[in-house]
Amino acid sequence: MNRLVVSPSPHDENYLKTSMIMLNVIIALMPALCAGVYFFGWRALALTAVCVLSCVVFEFLCRKIMKRENTIGDLSAVVTGVILAMNLPVTLPLWIAAIGSFVAIVIVKQLFGGIGQNFANPAITARIVLMVSFPSAMTNWVLPAKFGVDAVSGATPLRLVGMTADELAKAGQTVPGYKELLLGNTAGCLGETCALALLIGGLYLAARRIISLAAPVSFIGSLALLSLIHGDDPLYQILAGGVFLGAFFMATDYATTPISTKGKVIFGLGCGIITFVIRAFGSYPEGVSFSILLMNVLTPYIEQMTRTKVFGAKEAVKE
Amino acid sequence: MKKLNGIRLDHRKNTENSATVDFPLPAKVRIPMSMHMGAPCQPIVKVGDEVKVGQKIGDSDAAFSAPVHSGVSGKVTAITDYRSAMGAVCKAVEIETDGFQTVSEEVVPPVVTDKESFLKAVRESGACGLGGAGFPTHIKLNPKTPIDTLIVNAAECEPYITADYREMIECPDDIIGGINLVKNMLGIKNCKLAIEANKPEAIKNFTEMAANDDTIDILTLPSKYPQGAEKVIIYNSTGRIVKEGELPSDEGVIVINVSTVAFLYRYVQTGMPLVTRRLTVDGNAVAEPKNVRVIIGTSFRELLEFCKTDIDAIRKLIGGGPMMGMSIPDIDMPIVKTSNAVLAVKKYDQRKTSSCIRCGRCVRVCPLGLMPADIDRAYRIKDIEELKKLKVMLCMNCGSCTYVCPANRKLAETNQLAKALIPRK
Repeated sequence: MNRLVVSPSPHDENYLKTSMIMLNVIIALMPALCAGVYFFGWRALALTAVCVLSCVVFEFLCRKIMKRENTIGDLSAVVTGVILAMNLPVTLPLWIAAIGSFVAIVIVKQLFGGIGQNFANPAITARIVLMVSFPSAMTNWVLPAKFGVDAVSGATPLRLVGMTADELAKAGQTVPGYKELLLGNTAGCLGETCALALLIGGLYLAARRIISLAAPVSFIGSLALLSLIHGDDPLYQILAGGVFLGAFFMATDYATTPISTKGKVIFGLGCGIITFVIRAFGSYPEGVSFSILLMNVLTPYIEQMTRTKVFGAKEAVKE
Repeated sequence: MKKLNGIRLDHRKNTENSATVDFPLPAKVRIPMSMHMGAPCQPIVKVGDEVKVGQKIGDSDAAFSAPVHSGVSGKVTAITDYRSAMGAVCKAVEIETDGFQTVSEEVVPPVVTDKESFLKAVRESGACGLGGAGFPTHIKLNPKTPIDTLIVNAAECEPYITADYREMIECPDDIIGGINLVKNMLGIKNCKLAIEANKPEAIKNFTEMAANDDTIDILTLPSKYPQGAEKVIIYNSTGRIVKEGELPSDEGVIVINVSTVAFLYRYVQTGMPLVTRRLTVDGNAVAEPKNVRVIIGTSFRELLEFCKTDIDAIRKLIGGGPMMGMSIPDIDMPIVKTSNAVLAVKKYDQRKTSSCIRCGRCVRVCPLGLMPADIDRAYRIKDIEELKKLKVMLCMNCGSCTYVCPANRKLAETNQLAKALIPRK
């Protein structure tokens, strides 16, 4: 007889592993990625491939240099790569995308200890770093074009809605309707334009119980409410820009958002408020990335405030 | 009322329809002197002594203990040192059976007239919690505070185990008799028999049996692990919260296992102490999983062979259920009073642990609202103040956190290790 294995209970486990969770996130990102490829052409796919590949390579090298266990098998680097690509304009030079991957994987993730240890969302931080480092390349928006036709540059929906009639005529564009915003037939980052595809992906993750809808709902809800109060069109505000991508795929990141439902709601509210303030009063037309990054930084404090109440626990007597 | 968190497990109650079979008399038994929570007993027999069925062979002066009896007639061949699966060390009495099963003169129905005589009888029966914890029953039934509700724990929330279920199907009269006995002797007004929803037949039977008795409520609890944990079953059946540092009796409740209560009834009728028990034998190395009534002290090996187990293929042996059962290090160890199941598993992969991804699943499943991921972090940096704030001492080691962890972190184990860091007052 073999020697018996002796280990502490429980002796049973469920089979949802980290890599499976990440695989589900990748599946959920596929509709939006397909929409991006449909609207912006094959270059969208090439850009995504570069991001994913460079993220995985950076993760592999980083772990090797740090003499740590190889973690590319958990697929989290692939998720970061896809989300990063979706946060980039399709015209971005590939080498800049690779720099983004470096920032996301090496600086934000691995230098803080790897998966689960980073305090800020890698893809969001990389987007912001690229935005301030390569402002013109990062805002070189193009209108969706048919395959084989040269892309025409154009302004994003959030820019357009702030323009006067004269400016619109000069740009030769009109303010897109809800249908265009929903389907993604507008200028913007390659993965953020199609709100419908992002919604499908987000609901898939919620149905698989991978994410909770607390943060997305409070994020989108508070942004819509504040826009309404401010006199903006709330539906336009939530469909345009990166709200759905941010709300469903980045404000639900495990490592950088609170664990408790109450904390998630607070996180979402904060994102909604900051996004609104930047959009309405800031010089940037878009504020989703900044709002999520700022709330990432606040997450440890939110966590402290929203600790679960332990069943039957007595409060410590103050001395 | 909001119920506490729990997880849905695959029930795998393969043996629920297999009627209990009696294990043939073993050639030899080894009976440990500590099969309960509390002080171990000292042997009161010597090597060479003749013993009979039901004869007391070990006892202790300590209040928090329970005596030990022989389940066979025969000759004491050795008194050896024994280390239990928990790691506790005590003596064990080895008895070679003579095959006659002569019943001892000590076995006479006890005279039970009031609380005092009842508790004395319970102590002499050697009863301890048969659900697995082994808390001496005579201590449990003698609380310092007044009790208004008796909760009979028939949740049996662990996968595989059907021993309590078979008790409910095969001996329902003993259970009702035991409930009335305890209620009358201790002057408890109400009883709640709490059964998990995955045992509809038992629920139906008892609802019919207790139809005319408005002091016995039959409760259906959701089939969510760990429904049978003491604090969980108290809250889910009465809404009362057993606070930190309190006993169930402080909230006016006693929780007793369904098989224990049936045993008490039989003991008062016959005077035969706790020398046999029913247990479920299952696991993928067992060709014929079944419920077996077995004499305490029989070795796991013999029992597993009886159930046509491929002994050579066993990789892991679990005494109890897969969630809270103990790893048994040696197949020749004896079955004890608290063994409610034995699972023989063929394949067992040592899990590879990876980094916490902070998904929060452990927090969501903890029935007590603890934060195992945070406890894990505080434990690794030995932050005792933080561990106290996180109330790690309340963890009951149900194992739900480890079960759901996608990174395979051994959170329940860490909780137990973290408890050891906190100095006892």
